[in-house]
Amino acid sequence: MAKTLFDKIWDKHVVQEVQDGPSVLYIDKHFIHEVTSPQAFKGLEKRGLSVFRPQQVVATADHNVPTQNQHLPIKDELSRLQVQQLIENCKKHHIELYGLGHPFQGIVHVIGPELGITQPGMTIVCGDSHTSTHGAFGAIAFGIGTSEVEMVFASQCVLQSRPKLMRINIEGELPHGVVSKDIILYIIAQITASGATGYFVEYAGSAIRSLSMEARMTICNMSIEMGARGGMIAPDETTFAYIKGRQFAPGNGQWETKLAEWKELYSDEDAVFDKEILINASEIEPMITYGTNPGLGIGINGSIPVTDTIPDEGERKNIIKALQYMGLESGKQLLGMPVQHVFIGSCTNSRIEDLRQVAALVKGRKKNEHVQVMIVPGSQQVARQVHAEGLDKIFTEAGFEIRQAGCSACLGMNEDKIPAGEYCISTSNRNFEGRQGAGARTLLASPLTAAAAAITGVVTDVRELI
Amino acid sequence: MQALQIIQSRFVPLSMENVDTDQIIPARFLKATTKDGFGKNLFRDWRYENNDETQPKASFVLNQPQYSGEILVAGKNFGCGSSREHAAWALQDYGFKAVVSSFFADIFKNNALNNGVLPVTVSDAYLEKVFGQGNESTLTIDLANQEIIIDATGEKERFDINLYKKTCLLNGYDDIDYLISIKPAIEEFEAQLQS
Repeated sequence: MAKTLFDKIWDKHVVQEVQDGPSVLYIDKHFIHEVTSPQAFKGLEKRGLSVFRPQQVVATADHNVPTQNQHLPIKDELSRLQVQQLIENCKKHHIELYGLGHPFQGIVHVIGPELGITQPGMTIVCGDSHTSTHGAFGAIAFGIGTSEVEMVFASQCVLQSRPKLMRINIEGELPHGVVSKDIILYIIAQITASGATGYFVEYAGSAIRSLSMEARMTICNMSIEMGARGGMIAPDETTFAYIKGRQFAPGNGQWETKLAEWKELYSDEDAVFDKEILINASEIEPMITYGTNPGLGIGINGSIPVTDTIPDEGERKNIIKALQYMGLESGKQLLGMPVQHVFIGSCTNSRIEDLRQVAALVKGRKKNEHVQVMIVPGSQQVARQVHAEGLDKIFTEAGFEIRQAGCSACLGMNEDKIPAGEYCISTSNRNFEGRQGAGARTLLASPLTAAAAAITGVVTDVRELI
Repeated sequence: MQALQIIQSRFVPLSMENVDTDQIIPARFLKATTKDGFGKNLFRDWRYENNDETQPKASFVLNQPQYSGEILVAGKNFGCGSSREHAAWALQDYGFKAVVSSFFADIFKNNALNNGVLPVTVSDAYLEKVFGQGNESTLTIDLANQEIIIDATGEKERFDINLYKKTCLLNGYDDIDYLISIKPAIEEFEAQLQS
C-alpha cells in the first residue's frame, strides 16, 4: 500500500497499540531544557526510577539564560536555580548537557540540527512546542508536555494517537525579497491559527525543494502556530549535504547505509492525505502580523481587515480585542508605522543564513536612531560563525547590539523584554499578548523585513531596499 | 492522579477564542521546579492591572464573584501555543477539574488529561447554549457516560474521549504506570531496531 513520509517513520516506531487507545511510540532522540524538565525528573525520582536510555537524551540551557555576561553567575535567582537544577539532574542521570559556557550551547532547536543529532527518519520529542523544527530533516518531531517528558525518561516511549495527515504543496517561484518566514506566515494567515489542529503536516512542492535547510527549519518550526502537531519535509540532496560531516552525523563507515535508508523517506506517489492544500509561491508578499495570534497576518502592502465586515462573530470579537491590545486601527495599513524595537533571533530565525541575509541588507547602512536593535544568535556555534565571517562588524557598524545565544526576547523569560506599549518587529514565532514582556506589542516578520525596519525606523517593504 | 468520575458544579464563562497558554500562565512564572502554586498566577495579566494583585481587573471573569465553580467554559482553540504543562497545573491548582470548549489545541489536551483536568469538547451550538445560561446555572459532566448536561434545562451532549484515557481518569491511573508495565516489550522492540 502507498505510504506517506509520515506513515513510513511512524509505523517503524510503534512498539504496540494500546487497545482502544493511543500507540506506544518509540522515541529516538529526546531533547530537554531547563524549564520543562525539572518536574519530570522529580516525578521520576518519586517513583524510584532512573532515566531508561540516557544516551538518547541531550540537554541544553536556553529559555532562561541571560544573553549578556554568560560567564558570570545568573543574576535572577529563580533562573539560576532552574539552570542549576538541570546541571544536577543531568549529572545524576548521566545525560549529555551543553550548558552555559559549553561551545555547543544554544537554542535546543538550533543545536540539534547543527550538531547533526537531528537526522531523517527519527522520532524526536522535546518539552517545547517548536520541536516541529526538526521535521525539516524528514523526522517525526513534536512538542510534548512535562508528564510526557517523564514518560520518555521512564520508558523512551510516549503514548500518542495517530494524527490526521495534511500536505501543503507550495509550487512555483518565490518573488524577490520573499523568504521562507513569509511562506509560513502566509500559510498560517490563510488557514488560521487553528487550521491544522489534529494534523501532522508535510510541506512539499517546488518552492520547498528550492529552499536551504535553514529556510526549511523556519517553516517546520511554525507548524504549531496553526495548531499542527508537527511539520515535516522529505529529505533530499540538500538535507544530506547539510548533515554530512557534522559532529554527530553518521561517520564514513555508516554513511552509505544511512543514506540508502534516508533516500526511501518520501511520500509514495499515490499516498493519500486527509487534506491537501495548494499554495502558489508567486502570490506571496513579505508578510507581517498585526494581531495577537500568528494567523493574523497580512502582506506588507496590505491593510488590517475592516472589523465591521467580518461575518463570524467570534472572529470579529477576536480581532477587535487584538487591535485594542496592539493599539492599531481596523482597515489601516501598517506600512510606514514607527517601531521602537527590532528583535532578530529565536528558534525560528537565528541561524547563520538568517544572519547572513540581515548582514547583506544592512552592510554599509546604519540603523534608525529611534530603534533599538538586538541580534541574538541561536547558538554559540552560530555566534562563532558570525564572527568568523565578519558579520559582527557589519552589525556593530550599523548600530545593532549582538547578544549571546538563547531564547531571549522571543518569550521574555530572561531580562530581554520589550517595554509595555512599544512595538517590536520580531523574527520570532508568537505575537501573543505579553509574549515579549507584559504589554509588549509584537509584529512578526522575516529577518529581511525586520532588518529593513531597523534601518528606516518604520514598517517597510524590504523590496525597496534591495 | 486523583480519580475523576462526575463533576457537578457552576461554571466560569470565558467567552474568548484562541486562549493561548501564554495567557493561562505567562512565561515569567515558569521558573519553578515543582508543580505547586501556579493557580495564583492563572491568567495573571488578564486578572490584574500592572501585575499587581491588589489591582484586580473588574472586567475579567475570575474577578467577578457571581461566577465560580470547578468548570471553565471557553471559546474554541483553547490552550493553543506553547506546550507548557504549567498551564494545566495552573488550572488544576486554581480548582478547575474540567474545561469545556468547542475545540482544544492538541498538546494542551494531552497535558490536561495527564493531570486529571478533563477537556470536554462540545459542538459550537451546545457551547453557545452553555454561555447563554445564568451564573447560578450548573453543569454535570459524567465521564463514565461521556455526557455533559445543563442541569437547569436537561440539555445533554455526548463528548468523545478515547477508552484508554477514560479508564485512566476514572481510576486515577497514569501513562507512566502503563509504560513501565510494558518495558519488556519496549526492550524487545529496541533489540529489533538494532538488528
